[in-house]
Amino acid sequence: MTEPALLSVEAVAVDLPTPRGNLRAVDRVDLSIGAGRTLGIVGESGCGKTMLSRAILQLLPKKAKLSGRVMFDGQDLVRLDPEALRKLRGRSLAVVFQDPMTSLNPVLTIGTQLIETLQEHLELDGPAARIRSAELLAAVGIPAPEQRLAQYPHQLSGGMRQRVAIAVALSCEPKLLIADEPTTALDVTIQAQILDLLAREQRRRHMAMILITHDLGVVAGRADEVAVMYAGRVVEQAPTSALFKNMHMPYTEALLAAIPKIDAAPHTPLPAISGRPPDPTRPMEGCSFSPRCRHAAGQCYREKPALVAAETLDHRFACFHPIQLAAGACA
Amino acid sequence: MTMDGRPSPTRDPLLKVENLVVEYSVGGRTVHAVSGVSLEVARGETLGLVGESGCGKSTLGRAVLQLRRAQSGQVLFDGEDLTAMQGETLRKMRRRVQLIFQDPIASLNPRRRIGDIIAEPLVIAGVDDPKERERLVHEVLTAVGLDPSLVMGRLPHEFSGGQCQRICIARALVLNPEFIICDEPVSALDVSIRAQILNLLEDMKSRFGLTLLFIAHDLAVVKAVSDRVAVMYLGRLCEVGPSEQVFAHPAHPYTALLIEAIPVPDPDVRPAESVAVGEPPSPLAPPSGCRFRTRCPRADRRCSEEMPELREVAPKQFVACHHPLIAGA
Repeated sequence: MTEPALLSVEAVAVDLPTPRGNLRAVDRVDLSIGAGRTLGIVGESGCGKTMLSRAILQLLPKKAKLSGRVMFDGQDLVRLDPEALRKLRGRSLAVVFQDPMTSLNPVLTIGTQLIETLQEHLELDGPAARIRSAELLAAVGIPAPEQRLAQYPHQLSGGMRQRVAIAVALSCEPKLLIADEPTTALDVTIQAQILDLLAREQRRRHMAMILITHDLGVVAGRADEVAVMYAGRVVEQAPTSALFKNMHMPYTEALLAAIPKIDAAPHTPLPAISGRPPDPTRPMEGCSFSPRCRHAAGQCYREKPALVAAETLDHRFACFHPIQLAAGACA
Repeated sequence: MTMDGRPSPTRDPLLKVENLVVEYSVGGRTVHAVSGVSLEVARGETLGLVGESGCGKSTLGRAVLQLRRAQSGQVLFDGEDLTAMQGETLRKMRRRVQLIFQDPIASLNPRRRIGDIIAEPLVIAGVDDPKERERLVHEVLTAVGLDPSLVMGRLPHEFSGGQCQRICIARALVLNPEFIICDEPVSALDVSIRAQILNLLEDMKSRFGLTLLFIAHDLAVVKAVSDRVAVMYLGRLCEVGPSEQVFAHPAHPYTALLIEAIPVPDPDVRPAESVAVGEPPSPLAPPSGCRFRTRCPRADRRCSEEMPELREVAPKQFVACHHPLIAGA
């Protein structure tokens, strides 16, 4: 990639004070994404993927402490003043959350919410904003868009609400869309439709997308690159096909193996990952996956493995005992 | 009932649901939640029940336990009709049938200690000796992989979702039931924990000789544990058959659509574009004829006029469709 990244996250860390002590939700993460590309961020609940997306959006809880840089389109968002940030969010940086009910205002009609966004950011007048709103609803596959504008979010199904949330997010032609578990609350048939919709709109608009999910199956066919997070850190990152064909981090392998396979015979025991993720308020000395890892040995319990390059520079992993690594590749 | 292995399958099904209809009214309108469902679960078998949200699968599970009373139809458990039972007779019968819910944290009383939560079914069942209760609680906690001495005195909030589900499973097992209805038992859990709980359920099933009705929306999860699957759409069954057969050769277009929509964790498998058309209609006003016809690529006039009945298209595989994907016998 020769063109500069649209977004680069540099050594971002997020600390949250809790009654039980400091919780390091995101632990020095570096990531970047180019224009029009899709980055999948995969991890289980509590791994820090949502906090990372909030750190990018500068929407962290008030008590949270953020360090590092978030360079977006040439500006460091961490240092941007609130007014400039507000202009940027919704305009060139948009987000779709897991639960569309929390991102839509329940007491405003869908029309009001779309029109407001368009008037605020694109300075369209009322009638123009109304026409554009109906077009947007049609683009995200909502039948009878004119009538829908007068409806409230509770009058729509979960899938339709998520389509509305996507229409709001896309309304100002953002350069980057962060989709945080956009289909987790939806049925499998609706999930497929929403993911198709996101992919189609992304291609059409040459928009970059960060797709956050706990399901490796969701990113497999849809992301250009995947970053796997565990206990606040990126533990493996690679172009999607390289990651699935040649994963090096035992956690990535275990995560993939734990998914029930549709072609496996019934009653095949699943290779479960024993134990559970570490308590983020109790920092560990060694690799945070070591208590659950079947490859773990001495060094793993004492030192944190750094994220290092594998066969190619764009495939990185953090492990002292990587699997399937060609000899001499470790940088 | 044996502790050491599955009971030998007998010819009579343990559970037989016949033409069950469950309806309830919401704001003066009728929700057709379950509209004439018949199914059987043999002793020692796991029947997976799949469908999208709102298809009536949870209502069906609750109607089996008489937590929601049916308008018509029968629920025969071990030959006896639960729908005709009341009061003490029903309570006695319920000891043999237990339920595990989707949200393990919400289904545990936050102010009671784990030891008491698991002992409560025993108290209700009349196990009066506290020593005996403690022994049984110990036994069942150990069976689900928890350390009784560390767990019994603590409160639900001190546990993770996966551990809470283990506690719920222990509570369901403590009365030594024959039949367990698992209503989306793993859909609130993370991938790594989900596999642990699925393995535990399989393990408990063979150890305690259980029969399971496993309700879920995730087909891959259902296939992992089920001998047979029943696919439900808008209150009716579309297809019933042996898991492997149904997944390899789905006969109902809806089953095929559900299978195609599963995201495959392989980047070489391109997601099929827009396999799914539209959303399920409201159970307040289900379509005439075949309820799936409004989303079905094969629907014609007959589908809107005539309701398809379940019929056998392959050995033990039944489908309710006028235009099944596999040619029938």
